[in-house]
Order: sequence, then structure tokens, then C-alpha cells
Amino acid sequence: MTTTTLNPTESSLLRFTTAGSVDDGKSTLIGRLLYDSKSIFEDQLLAVEESSKRRGDAHVNLALLTDGLRAEREQGITIDVAYRYFATPKRKFIIADTPGHIQYTRNMVTGASTADLAIILIDARLGVIEQTMRHTYLASLLRIGHIVLAVNKMDLVDFDEAVYNKIVADFQAFAKGLDQLPQVTPIPMSALNGDNVVDKSEHTPWYTGPSLLQHLETVQVHSETAADEARFAVQWVIRPISDREDAKLGNLHDYRGFAGRMASGTFRLGDDVLVYPSEMKSKITGIHTFEGPQQEAIPQLSYSITVADEIDTSRGGMIVKANEPTQTSQEFDAMICWFADKKTLKPRSRFHLRHTTNDVRAVVTDVLYKVNISTLEKTTASKEFSLNDIGCIRLRCASPIFFDPYGKNRTTGSFVLVDEQTNNTVAAGMIIKSLVDAGEEDTEVAI
Amino acid sequence: MSAITHLQFLESEAIYILRETAAQFQKPALLFSGGKDSIVMAWLARKAFHPSRLPFPLLHVDTGHNFPEAIEYRDWFVQEIGATLTVGLVQKSIDDGRVQEEKGYNASRNKLQTVTLLDTIEENKYDACLGGGRRDEEKARAKERFFSHRDEFGQWDPKNQRPELWNIFNGRKHFGEHFRVFPLSNWTEMDIWQYIRQENIPLPSLYFSHQRKIIDRNGQLLDASTGIIPLHDDEKPKVKEMTIRFRTVGDVTCTGAVESTASTIDEIVAEVAAARQTERGTRADDKRSENAMEDRKKEGYF
Repeated sequence: MTTTTLNPTESSLLRFTTAGSVDDGKSTLIGRLLYDSKSIFEDQLLAVEESSKRRGDAHVNLALLTDGLRAEREQGITIDVAYRYFATPKRKFIIADTPGHIQYTRNMVTGASTADLAIILIDARLGVIEQTMRHTYLASLLRIGHIVLAVNKMDLVDFDEAVYNKIVADFQAFAKGLDQLPQVTPIPMSALNGDNVVDKSEHTPWYTGPSLLQHLETVQVHSETAADEARFAVQWVIRPISDREDAKLGNLHDYRGFAGRMASGTFRLGDDVLVYPSEMKSKITGIHTFEGPQQEAIPQLSYSITVADEIDTSRGGMIVKANEPTQTSQEFDAMICWFADKKTLKPRSRFHLRHTTNDVRAVVTDVLYKVNISTLEKTTASKEFSLNDIGCIRLRCASPIFFDPYGKNRTTGSFVLVDEQTNNTVAAGMIIKSLVDAGEEDTEVAI
Repeated sequence: MSAITHLQFLESEAIYILRETAAQFQKPALLFSGGKDSIVMAWLARKAFHPSRLPFPLLHVDTGHNFPEAIEYRDWFVQEIGATLTVGLVQKSIDDGRVQEEKGYNASRNKLQTVTLLDTIEENKYDACLGGGRRDEEKARAKERFFSHRDEFGQWDPKNQRPELWNIFNGRKHFGEHFRVFPLSNWTEMDIWQYIRQENIPLPSLYFSHQRKIIDRNGQLLDASTGIIPLHDDEKPKVKEMTIRFRTVGDVTCTGAVESTASTIDEIVAEVAAARQTERGTRADDKRSENAMEDRKKEGYF
């Protein structure tokens, strides 16, 4: 990697998350990816070796690399999502490494919310188990488009093709039942010995696909693309309030730029736009960055945008193309995952709802169902959510929000709920559909 | 497939966080040490609010144990980007009896900075401090949030952090509490250097190869030219002129040098790519114990 990382302009970014049960070799796999891409340094390895020795571990425990907190090392568990970084000549990677047991759902949902791909580990000796289905369900709920089914510990089943094929068939039968079908790439491997992790293994001549790293380096992910509808949430209004002359912008007296990040789609100079919350129409007159005026705004990048008319919008507002409005509603149905361990959610619970750059008060008007994530069955037996529960609720906000269904846009379709007393983030939400609100449109629009 | 590079992504993400910080808090400040990470962060802040000036001051917690080059650079940089500077002096905390100076040859004011920082935050009523910390730096930092909540005593509770999903950041707090915000969380040392090269950002001369009087103390190459680090009598004859550079720049007492002839950004990038030691391997402050960083962070360190 040493020479080619010198050229950053050709390197893109892939964010992925890893999911597996306790002993299926997740830490070993990540350790190997980091080690083989030379992302582990000598002093880190030395420190881990010393700690392993002190703890009396039989071998160097690579989990100690990611378990950064004292409590984690003392108890030998991972408490929290750990973010790890590595790069190859082709790509830079950010791994959200989520623990396999305690508070599993909360951590996996957190890690998955920013991931383009999920690696789901399976122990080849055990095959598809309940945990596998749970992980796959969460990946699909969070709309991760790509899953790598890492059938690990193939060395312990003699690299038997029949074992592998059965696991893949079992998995695909299960995945068919999911609402949102991700693209699945199964790979037989042994993380411990490095089979099909970085290089193709000699032990699996019957396997014709790529190694894990080859796949990660080349997979095309479609998270936010230029082809989607343009969405730009206003974070902050830039008003220099000054008569300074800027070399590129001229006199700054009247400059009023809407600062934000392009969530999806593109804007070009002169585009007709709709500006929320006023829903006034205008035209884009400037797309600015520090480097100067731009012709267009592209997904994921940050800009300051000026429009032709004096329009009343500020933080919490949104700019979209005139012919691509969002939905607007005060009331909608959403899937949520509940994160609080000391409090529950039930009908009439009140929260601050944070959505894009908006913050509005919201009340739970109904609990429609909860999902048993072991069987994927919907139940209506209880209307109360406790830690790690997932289900569908109906919310009413104090004022309308501008959104898309989560299935269409992960940025404008997601929100979090914040507890009014503790200010903690207590739930992650994904909007399914709006209820009757803005006249004849938006009537029960399913995704 | 999006066509942007990883540096474009990281830049945009950091700008997004900087704008969120300005919007969600009443009175933020940007912690500026004169080190490369805080320089990159301030550089990004200038971009985030252009053509306005920065909507928050730079805050330097000054141990008094500075490399003169770092202070010279700091004053130049503040002018260059049109920012305002607030300085919190550790010496003042010592004079006021708020902290007691460590004694001995390895004495450092690194730990004392925390008290000065928290006092400065309280005095100025800052409710969010932007820091240049990165998750790849140190294992306790790998668990850090972008928006990191601190209680009214400035403490960090790593086991009870707010989950951060998508790009929604929750800066709600009670009176007296504050936040640390880390816009460079997802950057690695290599990303920082590649970005400095791409943007042509001027750096303090300490980062480039130069001749300096050095004392080798237990494998750590420490500065012997400023006179800040006290030397044992038997160390004095061992001071020698070496060709070195600093991989990180902090307080003189805890910043170790590396032997290097890298005198351009390209040469540094090549050196970083080939490095087999982490950059904090030269930092005495992290070596005090396995939990050194976590313990300092819980107390309110950067």
C-alpha cells in the first residue's frame, strides 16, 4: 500500500459494518484485514501482545486492538461500536465494528446507519442460525444494499463445497422473505488462516468468486446518487454582515448563503427550486464553496447556496427541485428501534424529534406493532417498547416536517427521538409513510 | 456510484460537523494547539463559514512549555485566517494555586492542562469545544463520538454515550454541561497529511527535518535546545545535534522527535506510509499506562 496511497485522488471510500455472534471469528477477520493491509503498527501490536500475555491468553488477542475502554478489556467484552480504518491502493475503508452480544441491536443499528455494506459472519459448522437472521433483518431494515455472507471456519469442515452450498441456499431462502432484498455475495473463508480474505485460497478450487478484499475494493455501492431527487437541508445561514469586498463574490453586504450538504441528487445554476418551510419557489443563483463559484452541487458535498428571491428559511428548512417536492406532514408511521434501558416508550410518550436539521416536539399517538426479531413475526400483544425492541409507531409532530420515506432516501427518511428529561438519544426511526395531512396528496403513500 | 474521493468525503463531513456545532450551541470555541490536526480543523472551519469570518474563537491552552516556532506559527495563522484567539495559561492556574506542578525530571504540565481548560471553559461560558482528536490515534479515542457529552464537571462517561446515527447529531444539554466536538473523527494520520498536501497548508517548521540538540531518554528523543526539559548531570554530556522532525507537536516535555530527513510534504507522506510506529508512539503522555488516555479523557482532557 505504501506507494499507491500517495495518490489520493483515485481513492474512493467504502463504509461497512460487521455482524456476527460471539465466537464466529469477527475480531480475527478484522484483525487480519488490518494486519494484511499494514494498518496495525508495531507499537500497537507490541502493546496487544503484552496485554494478552498479562491476561494469560493463549494467543495474541486481536480484539484488544478494538476494545479501547478499560471496562472492555477487564471484562473481555466489547461495549460500544468501534470504528477502525484501513486503506488499500484502491480504496479507503471505515469499519463500524459492532459487538456480538450486549446491547447488540442498538449497536448494530448505529453501525448500520452509516454503512453501505454489511459483512455477516457465519460459522460453517453451525450454518444459518437465529443470530444470522437477526443480523440480516437489521441490515435490511436499515436499507443496507449489499451483504457479504462470510461463511467462516471453512477449514473446520474440510473446505467442503456441499456444506457451503447448503448454507448459501438456507440463507437465500430466508432472505427472500425480507421486504427489501439486499444484494448478497457469499464467500467461503477461514479468517484464522487467511483463506479467501485477501488472496484467493488454494483450498477452495470450486469457488470462482472474489476474495473478501477483492470484493470490498471493487463493489459498486449506490447509497446517495446523482440520479436521486435533490435534497439539501439548511444547517446555517451565512451572512457576513459586512461591506468587505470578496475577490470572487464582490461586495458582501447582501450575501445570504444557505449552508448545508447535498444529501442526494444534484443542483445546477438556474434550477427552479422549492424552499421549505414556506414552499416558495425561486431559482438558484449561486453554488459556492471556499474555492469559488461552482456550476453544480453533487451528492455528499457541502455548499453555500444563494437563491434569487428573499425567501424566509433558516436552519431546519430544505431546498429541493421545484418539480420534486418532498412529502410534508405532521403525522406519519415509522419503524423505530428503542435504545433506552431505564425508560420505555408507549402511546402518549413525548419526545424531541430530530430529523435532518430540524428539531420538533412529537408525541406517540399509537403503537401499531412490535417485531419479534427472532421469528420476524409482528405482534400486538404489548404497546410498550423496552431496550432493543423494534416496531412500528405513529407519531404526531408539533409542526410539519419535510421528508421522504426511508426506503427512498436514508437522509430525509431517518430521525432520532430525544428524551425530554435526560436529553439522551433514545430511539432511531425510519419513516414508512405519511398520514392524511396536506390535502389530497400524501394519502397513505406506501413505499 | 458517487465519484467523490475519500478526501472530499472527509472534508465535507468535517464542514457539516463544524456547521452543526455553530448552529446547535450558543458559544463554541475551537481548541487550537498549533499542531497539524488543529490547523487542519481551523482550515476547514474557514471553509465552512466562508465568506463570513469564523463564528467562534480559537482557544489555545498554553502550558508555557512551548516550542517558539509553534507560538510564532500560531500568531501568524490566526492573522491569516482572520480569527480571534483566546489563551488559557497553565502558569496562571499554577500561580492561582488551582494545580500543583509535577516535580522531577519527567515532570510535565500535560495533565495540568485539563484544569486550565475546564476553568477557561467556565470563565468564558463556552458550551462546546471543537477538538482535533481522531479515532485512529488511540484506542480510547476509537470509542469517541463526534458530539461528546461532558457533565457539569467536564467528565466523559464512555460507557454511557449517546448513539450517533446517520448524520443526526444531538447537542441537547442541561445548564452547566458542555460538549466536545470532533470533526476529524474519521480521519487517519495519512488522510491529514494527504489533505495538507492537497490544500498546500503551511505548517510549523517543526514538522520538517531540521538540526536540533536532542537528549535520548529511554529511547525518546526529547528537545534539549529550549532548556525547558531539565537534564540530569549525567545526561548533559550526552546531548547531541541530530537531524530530526516532530510527528506530532504539543508541549515540549511530552513531544518526542523522530530521526528524519523528510523536508517536504511529499517526503513526509512517504515516511508516514512506510511508518511502522503510530504517531503517538512518540508521546510520553500516553505511555504512562494502558489506560492513560482514557483516564485523562474522563477527567476532561482534550
